[in-house]
Amino acid sequence: MAETAQKPKTKSTAPDQAFEPWEDPNAKPLIEFRGVTKRFGDFTAIDDLTQDIYEREFFALLGPSGCGKTTMMRMLAGFDMPTAGEILIAGQDMAGIPPNKRPVNMMFQSYALFPHLSIWDNIAFGLKREGRGSDAIAERVEEMLRLTRLERFARRKPHQISGGQRQRVALARSLAKAPKLLLLDEPLGALDKKLRQDTQFELMDIQEKTGTTFVIVTHDQEEAMTVASRVAVMDEGRIVQVATPAVIYEAPATTYVADFIGDVTLIAGEAKAHESVVEEVVPEPEVAAPEPLVAAAEGERAPQPNALGEWLHDRLLTRVLGPRKAAPKLLPAPEVAAVVEAPVAAPKAAPTEGLAIHWAAGQPPLVAANAPPDWAGKRVTLALRPEKVAISKARPEAANALQGKVIDIAYLGNISTYHVELANGSMIKAQMANTRRISRRDITWEDDVWVSFSDTAAAVLEE
Amino acid sequence: MRRFSWFNATSLTLGFAFLYLPMVILVIYSFNASKLVTVWAGFSTRWYGELIRNEEFLDAAWVTLKVAFFSSTLATILGTMAAYVLVRAGRFSGRTLFSGMIYAPLVMPEVITGLSLLLLFIGIGLDRGVLTIVLAHTTFSMCYVSVVVSSRLTSFDRSLEEAALDLGCSPFDAFRLVTLPIIAPAVISGWLLAFTLSLDDLVIASFTTGPSATTLPIKIFSAVRLGVSPEINALSTIMIGIVTVGVITASLISKRAAVAQARDEQAAARTT
Ligand SMILES: Nc1ncnc2c1ncn2[C@@H]1O[C@H](COP(=O)(O)OP(=O)(O)OP(=O)(O)O)[C@@H](O)[C@H]1O
Ligand SMILES: [Mg+2]
Repeated sequence: MAETAQKPKTKSTAPDQAFEPWEDPNAKPLIEFRGVTKRFGDFTAIDDLTQDIYEREFFALLGPSGCGKTTMMRMLAGFDMPTAGEILIAGQDMAGIPPNKRPVNMMFQSYALFPHLSIWDNIAFGLKREGRGSDAIAERVEEMLRLTRLERFARRKPHQISGGQRQRVALARSLAKAPKLLLLDEPLGALDKKLRQDTQFELMDIQEKTGTTFVIVTHDQEEAMTVASRVAVMDEGRIVQVATPAVIYEAPATTYVADFIGDVTLIAGEAKAHESVVEEVVPEPEVAAPEPLVAAAEGERAPQPNALGEWLHDRLLTRVLGPRKAAPKLLPAPEVAAVVEAPVAAPKAAPTEGLAIHWAAGQPPLVAANAPPDWAGKRVTLALRPEKVAISKARPEAANALQGKVIDIAYLGNISTYHVELANGSMIKAQMANTRRISRRDITWEDDVWVSFSDTAAAVLEE
Repeated sequence: MRRFSWFNATSLTLGFAFLYLPMVILVIYSFNASKLVTVWAGFSTRWYGELIRNEEFLDAAWVTLKVAFFSSTLATILGTMAAYVLVRAGRFSGRTLFSGMIYAPLVMPEVITGLSLLLLFIGIGLDRGVLTIVLAHTTFSMCYVSVVVSSRLTSFDRSLEEAALDLGCSPFDAFRLVTLPIIAPAVISGWLLAFTLSLDDLVIASFTTGPSATTLPIKIFSAVRLGVSPEINALSTIMIGIVTVGVITASLISKRAAVAQARDEQAAARTT
């Protein structure tokens, strides 16, 4: 996930104004799913799905295998008909319109290259159907070959090239006609990381130049984060959450989303009002969040808008979380919080509103400032990203600090993930950038450490 | 490879002898110099020369080839269409009945097929001749073509057709430009099969033929009734040759196609 920090979210066509047509009530969506259900026999692949996708969007579908991503694409392309509901493209109902009459091109998950045609002819296939002149076709094919770096293979047949090359042919073939709407079903899965990143940027570039709307399926969340204007997380034929990559990552609506996207520690507990020192109202409570060790993901740590969080929760209030532990024994919250916060020197991060989450017997409650105070008394789950958790040998000055022992270290090159076991047996993941050589790492297995995070680090999810 | 045991070798020899000994004898005697069929008088190609000078046989051969060509071509078109519809139409009510009915003529006694066709042609007042034989042969060889082509179509990756549609083809163009070239080997071997079936059909042809059109099998059969001549042996040998070449070519084509298909399918499928 460290890559997401460096991505320049380039929708640079309008740098002054964010590209957010979904926020604009006047914007007309290019694609409208209206109550679409698709059943195969008695199996429901898509379940009453309603979703708008706007022009020039880069809409990513993310979800576990078999959740219905390809089915959604196939209905858009016209290969499958919805069992119920309707699909509109550019305001036109697509019912009864055959695939060859739709302004859509699709890149198939299985590539579906024509085995009897050369790479060149595969790419030219759609252009020839359009009846363009042969010069125009040749020019366009050459351009596509260059783009996908396949010039050398133009005369070969699909069975004479490698899997990754085939994937690029399929991509080139679907791009060649420059359709208004392009559906890419796992377009880059078989490419190596370098080529994949290059192609991602190419796609974003194409999209900026041509204004094509992309719907892309991917299993790679990093890819979704890189290219997408919005990400839809799917589960069993439903869309669980649609939001910008940053919101999906920072403010997942449910534990399912939090768990699916990126690495996360989930802590369930009971929320109580956090009786902090109310008079210490500091205008910018975020500033003090002391996370000295985590430098890598700085850009990601945007403050979470409460309004948005609330909106997300309201929308998805009914989502059910996983099984819970028994109700924890309650500890007096104020003292622990006071102890934790007392030494903070800089502008005090005293939350004016917030919750104390009692989550395990014998552990101090966790303070969360980014949740509506009226959740007090509810059961909530904290979703805590490892990169927002600092690890140190000495007791840190932070809103939340827990003591434990390192039982595992996953070395990922640029960062390491520490698995810290607390006294009560629960695990917390913390991430630290590997600024030093590995041999000089001062925290290692079996060390007693503190893990700490600010009172806004975790997303608070209602059960 | 495992070595053959004595038992295996013996049974193999016996089996093949049983199958091919009669034909081997026929081929050998076609090179007999003697006029007497059962007496060997040395090697000669004399009867082949006689055969070429025999107008009647040449006419019959010409009729047979015409019938075989047109009926197999017609059968290939119809059989491919039937196979395509049956494989592609998905589940409609009565589908099993339809596919059963397509294949039923395969097991129908030829006498019955021939008789019913004869009744039909008489009923609609069609003069019996080359045309009626062509139609009759089309009827029964179409089933064979349909079997061969539909077995290829069931393993055909549908997403190829979908991709063609997606790229702007009409359904007919998708069939012409994508499906047909890919299933072509099956279609060709279906054609060859229909061709050879038509070449050696006697029963149905004699039911549906008229005085103007005598096919080789009919000619041979009537000639043999007057006594087996070495000329017939030579003719039969030639026919065995043609049929053998046809069958071997058909099976080679479908075998090569199967290999290519496996390769293409690997190619088309993702290699994760
Ligand atoms: N033609 C079909 N008949 C029956 N079930 C189908 C059919 N097509 C898809 N399904 C089922 O619908 C569900 C969704 O399939 P879909 O192909 O959309 O999954 P997906 O999200 O694309 O998965 P993956 O990530 O593995 O590609 C799956 O459970 C699948 O088994
Ligand atoms: Mg899929």
